[in-house]
Amino acid sequence: MDSSFTRTDRSILGLWWWTIDRFTLTAILILILFGCFLVSSASPPVANRIGLDSFHFVYKHLIFLIPSLIAMFLISMMNRKMIWRLATLMLIGCFGALLITPFIGAEIKGATRWIHLFGFSIQPSEFAKPAFAVTAAWLIAKRQYDAKFPGRLIASVIFISIIFTFLMQPDFGMSVILSAIFGVQIFLSGLSMSLILGMVVLGIIGIFMAYTMFPHVASRIDRFLDPSTGDNYQVEKSLEAFSKGGLFGTGPAQGEVKKNLPDAHADFIFSVAGEELGLILTLIIVALFIAILIRTLTRIYDSKDLFVILAVSGILTQFTLQTLVHMCSSLRLMPAKGMTLPFISYGGSSMLALGIGMGMLLALTKKRNTDNMPIPDRKSWSFKSVFN
Amino acid sequence: MQEDEANSSTIQGERHSLIDQAHARFTTVVVIFSFVFLAISLRLIDLTILGVDKADYHQKKTIDKKVNARSDITDRNGVLLASSLKTASLFADPKMIDDPVKVADDLIKILPEEPYGKILQKLQSNKRFVWLKRKISPNQHYAINALGHPGLDFREEYSRIYPQNNLMSHIIGYTDMDGKGIAGIESGFNNLLSENSKDLKLTIDTRIQHILHKSLADKMKEFKALAASGIIMNAKNGEIIAMVSLPDFNPHHIGDPKDIKYFNNNLSGLFEMGSTFKALTIANAIETKSIRKDQLFDATKPLKSGRFSINDYHAKKKIMTVPETFIYSSNIGTALISEETGKEKILEFYKKIGFTDYINTELPEKAKPRLPNPWRNVDTLTTSYGHGISVTPLHLVRAMAAMVNGGYLLDPSFVKSEHDAISSIITNTENQVISEDTSEYIRQIMELNVVDERGSGGKAKVEGYRIGGKTGSANKVINGKYSDKKLLSSFIGAFPINDPQYIILAILDEPIGHKKSWGYATGGWTGAPVVGKTIEKMAPILNIAPILNNKLNNILHKGKKHDASFRAN
Repeated sequence: MDSSFTRTDRSILGLWWWTIDRFTLTAILILILFGCFLVSSASPPVANRIGLDSFHFVYKHLIFLIPSLIAMFLISMMNRKMIWRLATLMLIGCFGALLITPFIGAEIKGATRWIHLFGFSIQPSEFAKPAFAVTAAWLIAKRQYDAKFPGRLIASVIFISIIFTFLMQPDFGMSVILSAIFGVQIFLSGLSMSLILGMVVLGIIGIFMAYTMFPHVASRIDRFLDPSTGDNYQVEKSLEAFSKGGLFGTGPAQGEVKKNLPDAHADFIFSVAGEELGLILTLIIVALFIAILIRTLTRIYDSKDLFVILAVSGILTQFTLQTLVHMCSSLRLMPAKGMTLPFISYGGSSMLALGIGMGMLLALTKKRNTDNMPIPDRKSWSFKSVFN
Repeated sequence: MQEDEANSSTIQGERHSLIDQAHARFTTVVVIFSFVFLAISLRLIDLTILGVDKADYHQKKTIDKKVNARSDITDRNGVLLASSLKTASLFADPKMIDDPVKVADDLIKILPEEPYGKILQKLQSNKRFVWLKRKISPNQHYAINALGHPGLDFREEYSRIYPQNNLMSHIIGYTDMDGKGIAGIESGFNNLLSENSKDLKLTIDTRIQHILHKSLADKMKEFKALAASGIIMNAKNGEIIAMVSLPDFNPHHIGDPKDIKYFNNNLSGLFEMGSTFKALTIANAIETKSIRKDQLFDATKPLKSGRFSINDYHAKKKIMTVPETFIYSSNIGTALISEETGKEKILEFYKKIGFTDYINTELPEKAKPRLPNPWRNVDTLTTSYGHGISVTPLHLVRAMAAMVNGGYLLDPSFVKSEHDAISSIITNTENQVISEDTSEYIRQIMELNVVDERGSGGKAKVEGYRIGGKTGSANKVINGKYSDKKLLSSFIGAFPINDPQYIILAILDEPIGHKKSWGYATGGWTGAPVVGKTIEKMAPILNIAPILNNKLNNILHKGKKHDASFRAN
């Protein structure tokens, strides 16, 4: 590639190539390759079990991968202005979709999270996360230049509204992720320590309420605290998978335990990696996630733009927290919480939403000669200004 | 954009400290995340290679002891006779089965031979561990896995595989579900085999075993016999080369152990062997000098002893030489010889040749011979031709080996020694039960019995080989009485008879005579051809060259006219 784009190349592609964080991009592409392999290996038993064609999930995974890659590529070319406009539009769209999901959506495993569109199941909450991260970042950052602008307040209202729609589904996990995104952003934007402590207390109360209000959350926490109280089937199988895998794994598609993991292709794909690829390759997957995390931190370390810092931290929090929850669940480091492993798990709309989210992250971490410049400031605020 | 920068300096300063704080706090968040990743990595190492948590999730799997694969068993040439394969065994944790009926329905489709009710009963129990089916096939394993029912799981076990199926069943024996040896070598060497050290090498030769098995099975079918058995022993070192007991069994599918097919006739069966004992009687009489070699015996009339009367099967009604009593298989003749020897010398001889005790081989199966007790005068007469005394076929083979190998009684062995100890065994005078001279005499009359047209062992003749042997046709004891019709027909041969390498015994239990045998079912018609056929096929394999010149006829007929077919070669 280096031969085709010289540093003086000012074409759109050339500019993209020289400014994009190629390290993170490469890491994401490697994760996607791992994902393709693991979905191919883990999903056929799942598909057979529920009466689908063996390669149903594999095809769907690949079908969603293409638009996801295109979205990531296109969005990563956008400038900051375009990013937050896109995010704001997306958020509005998502909010509308979230409002109608409980009424027109399909109930799967006791929750109504998906709406069917053009033959595909779309999970609006997946798209809401990166959209919210960028929108909230912009609203909060706006205060830098306009002390009167009630950015945090507006962001909080939006946050609470979205959380409300999440809990209607109900989707406890998504609510936690969204809360974490917003929490990190508020934390970064300079909230005083006393308020932070207050939020931590609120968070604990929130978890406690979830424990008392949602029986499935309660039972899952109970089961983690005392494994003998109930059915820990998936987690037990998951631990067995890692144990069987050992240092080098059983080899591609040679796993046995995976066949007994109902969610091997999605919420427990990390266990399949453990069984078939073994410790070394699994640690490499972990290392790729760590690399994306730290690399992104250093990419924006010089940035003087609060919007960029907040937006990137929001998306990165979502991306990393999902990874951590997935891995910790499968290793019984926390109560089992079904969450997909970014770019690796099967998951149609989550894959597309991730592409969009990471496209935004890549766009915001681009190296630019205007890097130190803050985004255009506006003295007055109006709805019109959001969309111009 | 430059004008934006030029805002009030206070905002600018505030903004910079805000940015710095944001960076610092972002770094904090990233560090916290990184620590969680570190914890994940450590946990991965723990689970995959350290296995600290293993006991935790194996808790419900009760006994998860490490089961070793049993060692392989091979024949003397390294042919695999028994091996161990990893196999899945299906168990259930009924507490995790939500819908036992559905699971049982699904399972019965894959395991149709299992009783449905039993599976359902196990699935609805309150236990946390029940075996559903041990050692299922890979296809069944795959299909059950694909059902994806939680609560069904597999444990790896080892299945014993016997590549020769029935062929070696009574030698190798078999193991139970838990891999414990139950019979044969599997039982005799259970501890050693369980340790999974190196292969256990037997003295058996698969090729010879197959020949003997085939010859016996064919004859058994031809004469519609109930059972058959055969042994081939190395006459010089006691190694068992082949041992067949029919009916036999498939060691992979063990049924009721009381079934007759699990009974090893050769080691556990006690039989009245009949006329093959005559070789022993004559050897003892010659060895103890109770008779002269040129003594004559009157077999013209039945021999009376109290209320018993001894008759000859093929009555010749003549006065016989010692070799004649042997080849005509005269009961009267041998009874008279025995009378000369006397009870004490007979009992002493039986003790010497091991007929008063068990034979300790590496196999657990054994039986102690039954001698007449109390010993009446008539027993001196009847035991001379193998009636009223029961020994195992292996006892007979062992004794006959000593009769022809120069007099050395050898311990039969089934496991190959690393060292070739033949010479030390054969010359150990402690084991010598008869002299070399007597042994030579027995070899001669045995060969005569096969080559002389008056002899009973003609059907054991094989062109080009020197074979000696003796037939035996004992009336079986049915409900305490000797049956006229039911015979135990046998032939014991030694080959090559001038320097015996192998002793071969073939027995048919209750053979029924047919047209081709003119209704006969005696040892000459049943055991002798089995031995002959076996020798014919095994000799080339064991590198024993035939004698293809007229030397053989010179030896046998001492100047009589030569057989045309011999000259042709």
